Order: sequence, then structure tokens, then C-alpha cells
Amino acid sequence: MRGGLRQRLDHARRIAAVLLSSQYAYMLEYRAEIVLWALSGVLPFIMLGLWSAVDAGGGLGMDSLQLARYFLSAFVVRQFTIVWVMYTFEEDNLNGRLSPYLLQPLPPVWRYVAAHLSEQATRLPFVALLVGLFFLLYPAAFWWPSLPSVLLAVLATLAAFALRFLMQFTLTMVCFWSEKASALERLLYLPYLYLSGLVAPLALYPEGVRAFAFWTPFPYMVDVPARILAGETVPVLQSFAAMAAWAALLLPINLLLWRRGLRHYSAMGA
Amino acid sequence: MAPDRMAIVRAQGLGKTYRVADKQPGLAGTLRHFVNRRERLIAAVRDVSFSIEPGEFVGFLGANGAGKTTTLKMLTGLIHPTSGSVEVAGCQPQHREADFLSQITLVMGQKQQLIWDLPPLDSLRVNAAVYGIPPAESRRRIAELAEMLELGDELRRPVRKLSLGQRMKAELLAALLHRPAVLFLDEPTLGLDVNAQARVRSFLADYNRRFGATVLLTSHYMADITALCPRVLLIHEGRLFYDGSLETLTQRLAPCREVRLELHAPLGAEAFASYGEVEAIEGREVRLLIPRERLTEQVGRLLADLTVVDLSVSDPPIEDIIGRLFHQGAVA
Repeated sequence: MRGGLRQRLDHARRIAAVLLSSQYAYMLEYRAEIVLWALSGVLPFIMLGLWSAVDAGGGLGMDSLQLARYFLSAFVVRQFTIVWVMYTFEEDNLNGRLSPYLLQPLPPVWRYVAAHLSEQATRLPFVALLVGLFFLLYPAAFWWPSLPSVLLAVLATLAAFALRFLMQFTLTMVCFWSEKASALERLLYLPYLYLSGLVAPLALYPEGVRAFAFWTPFPYMVDVPARILAGETVPVLQSFAAMAAWAALLLPINLLLWRRGLRHYSAMGA
Repeated sequence: MAPDRMAIVRAQGLGKTYRVADKQPGLAGTLRHFVNRRERLIAAVRDVSFSIEPGEFVGFLGANGAGKTTTLKMLTGLIHPTSGSVEVAGCQPQHREADFLSQITLVMGQKQQLIWDLPPLDSLRVNAAVYGIPPAESRRRIAELAEMLELGDELRRPVRKLSLGQRMKAELLAALLHRPAVLFLDEPTLGLDVNAQARVRSFLADYNRRFGATVLLTSHYMADITALCPRVLLIHEGRLFYDGSLETLTQRLAPCREVRLELHAPLGAEAFASYGEVEAIEGREVRLLIPRERLTEQVGRLLADLTVVDLSVSDPPIEDIIGRLFHQGAVA
């Protein structure tokens, strides 16, 4: 029994290593495109500029250093939680690439997870470069986060990525019934933008809106990990519990839709 | 052919019905369709039954839209049948169990599983890991299959830089690395030049012989079928029309044989009326169709009555036979 488990773990480890390395090699072929994508994610810096101007007028409850650190952290968290599985899956479904994946004894979702993680690894040096540039232009904002808060922020960012991936992959299942399911993701982007903390720290929102936001999964995708990284006080256990609860809700829905979707699958383009 | 206990592929009363939107063309049709969406059912496959024994090489023939690919998709578990049952390698394909998926492969001519921007070796590494083939064993298999397919440096070049023929061979290698017991090949030679077709064909024959694999092959190139498949399944409008040897099919659908004559001097068509049906006369060369049962007698007469320089007897090309069959709606 133990031998069997060990064998399965070894098998999983080998698949993970090979998938990640091949996807990383693939992403490197598209590094220029990935740099452009990373550049297109500078919304937090734009928002920093806007909010700093407002703050100059006084009374936001966060000083300019806190704002700068928050938005820089939000930029970093955003870079490592970007999810595009719906667009790729939709394309694979339409042009028949999904069929060969379904014919191999590995659930296709792991290929998409590996592709996302590899893309993040490709982004890493460029993100580091932008962070360095930020501190060069705004040295007063420089800070050394403590090791525990870095580790916690990495964990929270990974959890945020997992939650965002699970949420989008659950919506992606609509691709089995509709050829243009990605429109749903565009619809969801607005509440994500507003409630995740990308346009403003949730601390600046009116009390009622903030309370509502924390009943949705969005603040855990940017605001919470960004605040941890920026060294602010965050209810860590409560936040991780909320993420786990959302995952526990989405996972069975995802599995159910996957099974039903496969029954509906018509192997288009294949 | 009756289902057999030893069968590795067994389809019984297999059917697949698709629901498709029924929309009239033009703006009015679009608006009507928007407010009152209509659908109709299309039976792509109807009550198809056959079985294939381990090691058999079977050709799957039919015109475009006859139901070949839909049947293959059901046999591989990609789509669920609407009716009937299917069993491949002792498993029900639609359950997609790992044991089943490890025993089959599906190669689709124009679809690829190789990663476009990387060399095929990278995709092969992924496949080896997914199927749990130990690294040393996968290297050995890659070398063996690469030799059979006459692939070398191509495996180290990005897939996008390969010719269509090289890519197809690399696809075959990737699809067979886990040494599947059952191969479903959907137009594996589509778009390849004559030489590449011949190489793929000889590889498939070799693979079938060497590993005893069962193969179900669809192809538009009759040369593939005649070279590889002693047995054929013929499907038309979703129904299985014929299951048996290619030779019997040819005899059944082409009751005549073609006799080519080269004469010493040209003759008019009326001179051949008593021997058979004149297909063509080009100078001293004549093509006649003679019923199989009278072939010996008529050839003897031709040689005795006329000054014949050369004579050959052959079956009409199978693509002509099948083409004529579907064109004339002769399928009953």
C-alpha cells in the first residue's frame, strides 16, 4: 500500500517536473509577449498616481508611503495571480486540441495549471526589474518586509492564484455548452477589478461596501496578499479560512460541471 | 460479422445523434432563429455493430460525413454514444479510465498533440512521464520508433520548422510511445506527398506486425487501404453497409474485370461488342470490362481472334468503385 502511494507520488512529481519544464521552455519562446502582458498590468501604478494626488488634498487614512507600498504589492500580487485558462480552454475546445489531452491518462487541468505557473516564472525577472525601477524612482517607499511576512505573502498569493484559477476554471466549463463562454469572464472582470483592491485599497472603501466585498472571494485575490506583503495588519487565519471556504464551495461545482461537460462534449474540430 | 468473445473492439447497435441549430439563411432567418430557436436531430451513426480481434488491421471506408470520425470518437471515449454499447480493450471508453487510455491511441491527420514551438523530444518527454514510462525505457522506445519512421535530427527541431511529412511521423511517434494495443488512425496520411504516404504506410504495417497492435484506419487514399487492410468496414449515411474482406467487396461491387489490350492495328468499337463493354479506345489501345465469370473464355477468344501485342487484366481502381457506389446511390 505504502509502496503504491510512493510510486504514485513519484509519478506525480515526475509529471509535474516535466510539464513545468516543457511549459517554461514554451513560455520562453513567447517572452517578449509576456513582457508586454506584464507591462499591461501596471494599473496599480496608475491608481497610485491618482490616489496620491487625492491624498495630497488630504484625509484618506493612508499616507503616501503606505499607498505606494500597497499599490506596489498589489502590482506584484496581480502579476502572479493572472489567470487566462478560460481563453486557452475555449480555443483548445474550438480547434480540437482538447481531444488529444482528453485521450491521455492525465486530467487536462494540470496542463493548464503548469502553463500558468511557467508563465509566472517567465514573468518573474521582469517583475523584479519593474520593482527595482519603482524603488529607484521612489526610494522613500523602499522597505524590507520581514521573512515571515514574505513567506506568508507568498502563501497568500499562491492561495489567491489557486482560488482565482478555480473560479475561472469553473466558469470555463460553460465552454462545453457555449462556444463563446469567455464573455462571462469579461463580465466578471468588473466586480473583480472593483472589489479585489486593484483600483483602491479596500480600507478606503465605505464601511458597507467593504463589508460586502469581504463576503465575496475578490478581496482575497489581491487586497489581502498585498496588505500582508506591504506589512499591514491582516486577519490572516480568517482570510485563509475564507479562501478555503470558497474553494470548498467551488471545487464540487467544478467537478460536477466537468463530468456533465464531458458527456456533452462533441470533440469539435477533431 | 458477429460479435466475438475474443474481440478487442466491440460495438453493438452503436448510435450517435447530434442536436443542431436549424436556421434559415439571411437576416429574416437570423431574426426568426433568435426569437424562436429551432433545432433538429441528425443521426450521424445508426445501429452500427462490429467487432475486431486483437492484431487485426481494419480499414474504415466511407464518404465525407458518413460517420467514420464520429464512430472513432465513440470508440476512443471522446464522445458518448446516444444508443448502443461499445467496449474497447475490456473497458467502456466513455468512462475514460487510465487503464483504457493507456491502451489506446487516436491519430488525427490534421490535428496535433506536439507542442508547436518546441522540438518533438520535449512533447515525447511529457508523454513518457504521463504514461509512466521510465526514462531509460522511453529513450529506447524513441530510438526504436525513430528508426522505424526514419526520423533523426527532426526530433530536435521545433515542430513548426518541420515539413508536414516529418511532423506526421513525429506525431505518430508521440502517439505510439506508450505502445498502445489499439490504434485508431483517422486520415494519418492526409496531405502527405506520395513518398511520405508510402513511408507512413510501411511503418504502420511494420508496427502492426512487430507489436501485434490492432488498427482501425480511415483514409481517403485507397492505396492505404489496399496496402494495409485485409478487412474493411464500409459506412454510408451512418449505417454499416459492409464488413468483410476488401477482395470480396471489390468482387461484389465490381462484377467485371478490366482487360487492357494493345493491338497490332486500330479497330472500331463494334469489333469488340461481342467480348465485353468498351471502356475506352485510344488508337491501338483498348480497355474492356468483362464479367468475371466469362473472363477466361473471352480473353481466350480475344487472343484467338485478334492480333494482340500485349494484354493485361486488373480490377478497376477501388476508389472508382467506391466513388461510383456512393455517387450512384447504389447502397441498399
